[in-house]
Amino acid sequence: MTSFQTPGSAGAIEEQEPALRSAQGSAAGGRGGRPPRMREKAYRTRGSADIMKPSLAGLIGKYVLLVVVLGIMVFPFLWQLSTSFKGSAENIYGFPPNLIPSAPTLDHYAEVFRTIPVLDYARNSLLVGVGTVITNVIFATLGGYALGCLKFRGKGIVMAIFFSTLLLPGEVTLTSQYLTVKSLGLANTLWGVFLPGAIAAINVLLMAAACRMIPADTLDAATIDGANTMQRLRHIVWPNIRGMVSVVALFAFIGAWDEFLWPLVVLSDPANYTLTVGMNYLNSNFGSNPRVIAAGTMIALVPIIVLFAVLQKQFFKGVEEGSVKG
Amino acid sequence: MRRQRWYTPYLLVLPGVVWVLVFALWPFLNTVVLAFTDARPLRPVSFVGLDNFTRLASDERFGYALTTSLVYVLVCVPLLTFLPLLLALLVRAKIPAIGFFRTTFYFPVIASAVVVAIVWEFLFSSTGTINSALTFFGLPDRPIEFLSDRWLLIFCAIGLTVWKGLGYYMVVYLAALGNVGRELHEAAAMDGAGAWRRFWSVTVPGVRGPMMLVSVLICVAAVRVFTELFILSSGSGGPGGRSMSMVMLIQSMGKGLNGQIGYASAISIVLFLLTLIPLTVVGIANNGEMIRDALAGRRTRRDLRAQQRAERRDAKDRAEVAA
Repeated sequence: MTSFQTPGSAGAIEEQEPALRSAQGSAAGGRGGRPPRMREKAYRTRGSADIMKPSLAGLIGKYVLLVVVLGIMVFPFLWQLSTSFKGSAENIYGFPPNLIPSAPTLDHYAEVFRTIPVLDYARNSLLVGVGTVITNVIFATLGGYALGCLKFRGKGIVMAIFFSTLLLPGEVTLTSQYLTVKSLGLANTLWGVFLPGAIAAINVLLMAAACRMIPADTLDAATIDGANTMQRLRHIVWPNIRGMVSVVALFAFIGAWDEFLWPLVVLSDPANYTLTVGMNYLNSNFGSNPRVIAAGTMIALVPIIVLFAVLQKQFFKGVEEGSVKG
Repeated sequence: MRRQRWYTPYLLVLPGVVWVLVFALWPFLNTVVLAFTDARPLRPVSFVGLDNFTRLASDERFGYALTTSLVYVLVCVPLLTFLPLLLALLVRAKIPAIGFFRTTFYFPVIASAVVVAIVWEFLFSSTGTINSALTFFGLPDRPIEFLSDRWLLIFCAIGLTVWKGLGYYMVVYLAALGNVGRELHEAAAMDGAGAWRRFWSVTVPGVRGPMMLVSVLICVAAVRVFTELFILSSGSGGPGGRSMSMVMLIQSMGKGLNGQIGYASAISIVLFLLTLIPLTVVGIANNGEMIRDALAGRRTRRDLRAQQRAERRDAKDRAEVAA
């Protein structure tokens, strides 16, 4: 049921190790300070042999390509956004498409609020998302610390259990998963949506990988100074794995917010829907007016885009610093 | 040094282990068992042996679903293996405003598949933007019914998956490209290799590992496709349900009071085996050296043993002759 998370986080192993390194690297290298550097041109000038830089023509070509791809990537969103503001009289089917509504109106948003309890759906999605983030961060940190820093009998078996889960797509267990949730009396509840994803094996393994990078001496020193497990977690482990925590948290939230199949299976009563299932409900039952549907999708889309735009610096920093190290 | 109590590590991993057992491994075992039964809601369950699987072989809906999923894999893998790499090369340059482009290219990834599929449904509907664009350029006589033709629907969904996946795999490649040293590029350029040649001879071999990983991830994700096809076909699975994917079939078989849970479980098992294939192939490819070594080692040991046996036999023969 974590259709986004499983491939997502597998990639995050790749992405995040550099982030972790960079977090430690910047702590160590921050004091050094860089020598002042001349402002460089972004393109290759005459006489320069830096082949990694494009020539001026190449640079312009690059920007043209980037803008074309940008158009492909954002046009559907912009089109939907503009449709949601267009009045009922305005043609939304014509070509060339008209991105600026001639008479912008908020009517369709009001219509969405009248047709479906969209605020309830947003609250449901938010509850599931925040809950998933909290439980994943806490329990994956605890488990990751034990697997990454402590020695104990049966560790191999525990690791094997977590790793074997990675091979198991949620869709395979969809039916039995539902039976499990139903036998717990949680069918058609938000708890049923939230619980199976509360602790994902991949997050435990990611945290274990992050914890393994903490120097053992530091932890030993803390132990000698009399720190108990909780104090070590709080003062040594937590500051060291913060980079991984933010990635796990971001992916857990996006995964829970975007999840469709599992809530669709668990929730049968439209009153309990999350946003994604609610959008499907709106789309299939009130599909006559695309402007209203567009307004609905914008309500589901904007929060997650804003969240990502705010946190994207952290997200891409890891990738970038990883590539600088090369 | 005060040692930790012996049970501390177990206490720490306990929640994770319990969760994985209850919500992943137990349902999986349950699925395996149910696949051999005729389980339905509110009815006694009895074992039916391999009946579900023999029924699968002759079920045309399953045949359609299997075809859809295989076509999905075959088209998605090459597209999503190479396009994101090109995109990563494009956004890798340290030029002004590149951060903006990277972030925006990632938007389709974080948007919910439901939301973007609804947008695509609107774009590709018979009166949608794509059709009005085609009419504007005078191409077809009448609108193309993208969403009510089996194959066009599948290809629309594939386009959606590729469009949505580009940014994600771009970031994976971006991390990997950092490990391709610029020295190699410089050396190749010195030797007169152009940009195209350097792409194939330096960049691609340099990211071969991540490329394998990416193609496996795509294979597995493509077999598991659900939302795109579900929304684009408004939940119907296309004309006569022939554009259904495996997961859509599982969902529609297993739901409701008439849900054929046993049969849906059998399909789930086939789905699981399908996702295992790419993983196994890559596992063998990655550890090919090791496996070959192990096989070669066994062969040498076997030869050695044969030789020793031969020598012992010779010695015995000689002893007998001497006697």
